[in-house]
Amino acid sequence: MSNASLFEKLGGEAAVDAAVDIFYRKVLGDDRISHWFEGIDMDKQAVKQKAFLTYAFGGPNNYTGMDMRKGHAHLVEKGLGDKDFDAVVELLGATLKELGVTDDLISEVAATAEATRNDVLGR
Amino acid sequence: MSKVGYEGQVYEVLDDESVLQCLHRNRVAIPSSCGSGICQSCLMRVTEGKVPESSQKGLKKSLKKRGYFLACICRPEGDLEVALAGDEIVHRIAVRVVDKHKMNDQILRLRLECLESFEHKAGQFINLHRSDGLSRSYSIADSLPDNILELHVEYLSGGKMSTWIHNELQVVDLLEIDGPHGDCYYSANDQKQNLLLIGTGSGLAPLVGILHDALSQGHQGNIHLFHGVLDFSRLYMVDELSQLADTHDNVFYTRCISGDVVPDGCYAGFANSAALEQYSSLAGWRLFLCGHPDMVKDTRKKAFLAGASLQEIYSDPFEFSR
Repeated sequence: MSNASLFEKLGGEAAVDAAVDIFYRKVLGDDRISHWFEGIDMDKQAVKQKAFLTYAFGGPNNYTGMDMRKGHAHLVEKGLGDKDFDAVVELLGATLKELGVTDDLISEVAATAEATRNDVLGR
Repeated sequence: MSKVGYEGQVYEVLDDESVLQCLHRNRVAIPSSCGSGICQSCLMRVTEGKVPESSQKGLKKSLKKRGYFLACICRPEGDLEVALAGDEIVHRIAVRVVDKHKMNDQILRLRLECLESFEHKAGQFINLHRSDGLSRSYSIADSLPDNILELHVEYLSGGKMSTWIHNELQVVDLLEIDGPHGDCYYSANDQKQNLLLIGTGSGLAPLVGILHDALSQGHQGNIHLFHGVLDFSRLYMVDELSQLADTHDNVFYTRCISGDVVPDGCYAGFANSAALEQYSSLAGWRLFLCGHPDMVKDTRKKAFLAGASLQEIYSDPFEFSR
């Protein structure tokens, strides 16, 4: 299945809009990972979350592994690791579940997100 | 075929071409990224003409109203003159001081008559310029008839502008302003929405303006104003605000004192704590946060976690320069 069709199945940009608030709220409210977001500019961060969700949903994006590496390098230095990444993927799944997305589509989104793991963690 | 004007040049937009594609084709550098109206990198502002509504999707309502749009998804239906967001030419307007009134020991109410027409909304801010080049930002507390703006100037120990305004500035003196800036103001698109107004110190100024605007436009949802100060003597406009709360079923006013001595009728603690204690779920609310930057930042996050949408949180953090 192509990425474009996944994006359409999920409901396109409207689905991203619906998901971004729920997802970001879960991320900020999760004690396991919320400390990574201390003191950030919430508006800028929401734009990044939206870009990430658009990518994970298979929507139009200009994702580059390099951006992900650069964007997280300072956090990796401070110990950002697999457990943090796992938590984010879990919250992404929970967000989609809350929006009534079916399990097979959730797995596809999770797989797309998973593909960024090594870039995010600078490996 | 539509034409797009940008920085003094006019470009013809081809059929099915977006403003962004047209500018890029003509080798005009405009920041962009996703090309599909999502990332908002190509935010621009229309200064003449009208952009299709579809090119403003996802933008804050107040930005839409002021003509901001996304160039990558804007297929013009007529001629436009556009500018990069934040690229507006700064035009200064002369103002005359027409009233200077002490609200309490710290806060002075300044009324300025604009000597040319000045379109603005209460809650936005202006930059006030002294003739020697010193400038500071102040929120518009009220728009009065006859082109008169009201500002609340808090005395800041060692603050050059506020000391000068408090001690030396005279009625009839002339100053200059530019603006208005910011998107922290009332817009009447959902009159049933509940509004939460949280301000500290002279952060009350924009909130009073927003409250007055909401009431004059017949807002029907609840409006709850929380004003936080360190001690009782720093409260101001208490009588007027209490009266508004008494005479309107949908207006609520809570005074909050963070210092040790808290008189009856006041909440003991910070304004944002009072608000979040009373309203644990803020889904569907619109918030206005004005005052100390730390309070604004902290409240923004807590309100978001309590269910408020980021798009519905408007703020005006006061950066204190001396």
